[in-house]
Amino acid sequence: MPIRIDAGRVRVGTMRGMGALLAGLLLAGLAGPALAAKANDTLVYASDSEPENLSPYHNSVREGVILARNVWDTLIHRDPKTGEHQPQLATAWTWVDPVTLDLTIREGVTFHNGDPLTPEDVAFTFNYVLTPEAKIVTKGNVDWMKATEVTGPHSVRIHLKAPFPAALEYLSGPTPIFPAAYFKKVGLDGFSKAPVGTGPYRIVAVESGKGVRMVRNDKYWPGSPLGRPKIGKLEFRVIPDGDSRMAELMTGGVDWIWRVPTDQAEQLKNDPTLTVLSAETMRVGFLQFDVQGRAMENSPIKDARVRRAIFHAIDRKAMVDNLVRGGARVMNAACFIDQFGCTDAGVPAYAYDPAKARALLKEAGYPNGFEIDLAAYRERDYAEAVIGYLRAVGIRAKLNYLRYAAFRDALRGGKTSIGFQTWGSFSINDVSAFTGIYFRGGEEDLARDPAVIATLQAGDTGSDPAARKAKYAEALARIAGEAYVVPMFSYPSNYAFSRDLAFTAQADEVPRFYAASWK
Amino acid sequence: MLAFALRRILVAVSVALTVSVASFVLLHLSGDIATAIAGPEAIGEQIAAIRAQHGLDRPLIVQYAAWAWRALHLDFGRSFYFPEHVTDLVAARMPVTLTLGVIALAVALLVAIPLGVLAAFHRDTWLDRAALAVSVLGQAMPSFWFGLTLILIFSVNLRWLPVSGNATWKHFVLPAVALGYYAMPAVMRLTRNGMLEVLSSDYVRTARAKGLAPRKILVRHALRNAVIPVIALAAVQFGFMLGGSIVIEAVFSLQGLGQLAWESIARNDFPVVQAIVLVLAMIYIALTLAADLLNALLDPRLRT
Repeated sequence: MPIRIDAGRVRVGTMRGMGALLAGLLLAGLAGPALAAKANDTLVYASDSEPENLSPYHNSVREGVILARNVWDTLIHRDPKTGEHQPQLATAWTWVDPVTLDLTIREGVTFHNGDPLTPEDVAFTFNYVLTPEAKIVTKGNVDWMKATEVTGPHSVRIHLKAPFPAALEYLSGPTPIFPAAYFKKVGLDGFSKAPVGTGPYRIVAVESGKGVRMVRNDKYWPGSPLGRPKIGKLEFRVIPDGDSRMAELMTGGVDWIWRVPTDQAEQLKNDPTLTVLSAETMRVGFLQFDVQGRAMENSPIKDARVRRAIFHAIDRKAMVDNLVRGGARVMNAACFIDQFGCTDAGVPAYAYDPAKARALLKEAGYPNGFEIDLAAYRERDYAEAVIGYLRAVGIRAKLNYLRYAAFRDALRGGKTSIGFQTWGSFSINDVSAFTGIYFRGGEEDLARDPAVIATLQAGDTGSDPAARKAKYAEALARIAGEAYVVPMFSYPSNYAFSRDLAFTAQADEVPRFYAASWK
Repeated sequence: MLAFALRRILVAVSVALTVSVASFVLLHLSGDIATAIAGPEAIGEQIAAIRAQHGLDRPLIVQYAAWAWRALHLDFGRSFYFPEHVTDLVAARMPVTLTLGVIALAVALLVAIPLGVLAAFHRDTWLDRAALAVSVLGQAMPSFWFGLTLILIFSVNLRWLPVSGNATWKHFVLPAVALGYYAMPAVMRLTRNGMLEVLSSDYVRTARAKGLAPRKILVRHALRNAVIPVIALAAVQFGFMLGGSIVIEAVFSLQGLGQLAWESIARNDFPVVQAIVLVLAMIYIALTLAADLLNALLDPRLRT
């Protein structure tokens, strides 16, 4: 008598006894809106945090990226399988010269509110996000642009500040197009509460603290490389507690969760109603140092020998094999190894060597180690493992576990000496999406090394791919040599979802729900 | 009674004033507000402009008066994190926390008072000890663990109740039980002790001697007197439940004030933290005042 009941469907579970069956049958009639599932064509996905602002330029959390990719379109589409750039809202583009890009804007596309897409929308979006008043948090994604002008009824021209070969990568990811008239009318606050895009799903309700409800955009323009979404309704639910997320999945309250700890993913594999998928992502974990020593007086972290000692003190291979698992790889360079321009050839590698770490600390004048604080915002067990390794060589680190926004502010503001960072490069397959954020002199750059900044700028603006690669290799070698950060490993993601759901994961960590379907 | 009530109200008002000062200072201890509003990349001039614009360059006492005046009108400014007014945020989350608190308190009282009466009536029997065991367990178990256990039994295994969210009344059952169980031990012990005291008092002996039925003695004479301290305790417990439901709200993904407070602390969103501290403190003060007045009404001896 195996049974599992909730609104509108019966599933096969394990034998639980007659009482459960009877009670289940009695209560089935009373069941509340357990809205997930195939029966009512609603895919409910859950994650732990919510974007502070739904405008994709005004949040930097992954949950925001997911919404951005399902609700908005970009000018260019990058095929996740081939890496090829395909027309999306722009039907064609040509480089007039290395700092001028002309694009033709597609006709016949409408926003969710019915406004037609025009070149003015494109120009408004890009010019608006570049103004200081817009206070966007994803500056690194747009600051290569100088200005955008409308050049005809169906064309725009983007002027770049300097040559930037990776521009097409950025135009196919974190640069969605806003409806100019609507945005001007409602302002950022209004837009955040009722966002409008051109994408496959349309947002119908934003509930602060609870989540976002979406329905299929039935007027989605035909021929989009994203295809027409197959599932009618999409719902994002914020469930802060990991165990509750798992319980919701097991009871059919939600259909899809991710970032399941590897141990629990193993357990979920035994549930016949679920599919568990493990895949490496572009996200790279790294220790970021307060290189300029703002967080404490006479900070030991200012000394490169101390930073190198920390590098040698941590057994990253053991962490990958025993703790992280699921297809993770140790990273030696400060980027994701498969990104264009990312290489560890010529980058100094630091083997796990506690004796050498102690020797380096002694040389730097800390024979007895020191006390320091370490901030983290994601997997607490990874941060605790690092603290254990540091303790073994005499560095007594104190964990300060924060929410991402507070964590980011603590690092930027020089209020913590070591941060266990992770970066998913906004899913951009170019090394500049990593190094440009953390080492090119921006607000996330805690090293501010002029030599690195100059080399990276040369790499970002070079037009010859081989020359670009050489510049990046040079910068990455210096970053590792000075140990400005300790790259740890790539992150795997464990996805667990209803067996009814056909879902494919991509390394860029963007779940494409518009491509998912019911089996 | 009037003098007593006035005295109590005066005390409540001065406590409220103290709390408002503490809550105001909290924001100013958290660092430079102008820098926080301006964001991490702002330069000196921008910060100075914001400082002037928000009146942060005025003497602290003037700022407090202005802030208190706005707080009296329920205007707590804007959240640093969400693009919203703090008042709207708090108002949106408040009903969840209040609903949870009321149901949890009802659960606690409905179980704990009868249990306390039973324990007193069957003093030193297995029943008394079982009730004691239940109460000790309630105090010893961490609430997140108890919450997860409830989810495991009633949601995952039996599939009777939903795991998380606040869409229907059914979503409140498990969190209310988890939260209410926490308040149960104190209420039960107090009821039991009150009952024991009352049952051995002269007027109950007189009632017994008159030959009144035990049930009548229990309900009409004993319980009414024994329950007086429980009322005060219930008010205090309700205050605790409003503030202390943070863990329960996180486990059951109830987007109430507790959850908002906890996340706002983590995000350095001080206007929100400040407003929640103030609002909860005011509710607490009001409840305590109401309990005092109610007690005085029920028991004339307390009015002096």
